[in-house]
Amino acid sequence: MSEAELRADLAKHGIVTTTLQDLYNWGRKNSLWPLQFGLACCAIEMIAASMARWDISRFGAEVFRPSPRQADLMIVAGTVTKKMAPQVVRLYNQMPEPKYVIAMGACAISGGPFRDGYNVLPGIDRLIPVDIHIPGCPPRPVALLHGLMELQKKIEADVLTGDQRPRHLDASKPSEFPIPQFGPDGLVPSRNVELTTKS
Amino acid sequence: MHTLEEIKNLVEQNVPGAVVQIVPNANPALAGSLLLDSKSATDVAEYLRDVAELKFDLCSNVTGIDWPSKEVKTKIKKLVDGVEKEVEEITKTPAFLEVVYHLYSTVLVHGPLALRMRTIDRAENNRVPSLTLVWRSCELQEREVYDLFGVVFEGHPDLRRLLMWDEFKHHPMRKDYVPPVDEGDAVEVSA
Repeated sequence: MSEAELRADLAKHGIVTTTLQDLYNWGRKNSLWPLQFGLACCAIEMIAASMARWDISRFGAEVFRPSPRQADLMIVAGTVTKKMAPQVVRLYNQMPEPKYVIAMGACAISGGPFRDGYNVLPGIDRLIPVDIHIPGCPPRPVALLHGLMELQKKIEADVLTGDQRPRHLDASKPSEFPIPQFGPDGLVPSRNVELTTKS
Repeated sequence: MHTLEEIKNLVEQNVPGAVVQIVPNANPALAGSLLLDSKSATDVAEYLRDVAELKFDLCSNVTGIDWPSKEVKTKIKKLVDGVEKEVEEITKTPAFLEVVYHLYSTVLVHGPLALRMRTIDRAENNRVPSLTLVWRSCELQEREVYDLFGVVFEGHPDLRRLLMWDEFKHHPMRKDYVPPVDEGDAVEVSA
């Protein structure tokens, strides 16, 4: 009998068992506090998701924090301009671990329709690690909620020890990423090479 | 609303030293515009704003145009080996930058009137007088034209870049601007 089967069997008899890992992940996945931060039209959909009709508080993610120090989740909702990109990375660096990033919409993923624009960053995943990409232009609130549920599944599957443990439990992995500088032609560097070679 | 010719005549009669040209537009839905001379532009603008018949008190829009050098072919008759022949001669028109202002009157409810100003070239002589002191609404928009087209507005109180960062060296709305190529990006080849 596997561990899960044994647990289900015990639950039938009114005995609830758990592990530290399950409790830890269960608590984290149901209290993701997003950073209150929107860049363009996707932010309007994000706001709609937090209102009564779609009600993001069903997932414990309604506490939009005005400070990166108190936030767990960065929802990059909208077009990231090159002028804004260093600030986005700086905010990400100021968030305490464990921290997650959702790239919401075509612009945050790849620059979207403005990809060839002179001032648009072609995807935030070249500067910070992105956990969930939500396509759409803009994605509907239900798509954001779906992305949030996928992130919850990802957190639920975290193992606390071993090689597969997440970044925030591995001291050798970085929690801060280099902030690009304004150069004469564009951002310097224009991408974090370590991030792109990994994926 | 006065016609362009009437406005031009009014300006020439009342503003000393004013040089005004009419730039016609072939499209019947669009009116033509007035091309101002750099020296007298501020005086003409003040006249258009203040005179009782016109009262253009609102500048709604300022934008820029980049006119690159164009090759014009003209056929001329020339003596070639003693025989008169028709030869095509290619001349290059000078490249310049242009600024367009759109004016309305909120008092007399008419408009728009389009004003144009041209720089001598696109490199060193890229200066036109600023009209910010005539219409305050030009301040932000002239900064944008400076940022994106590289037109220097003389007399502008705060000529800084608006959309791009201060360290940026180019003017991205110019026709010859090429965005930097990121080595990490896959190059798309169109057939």
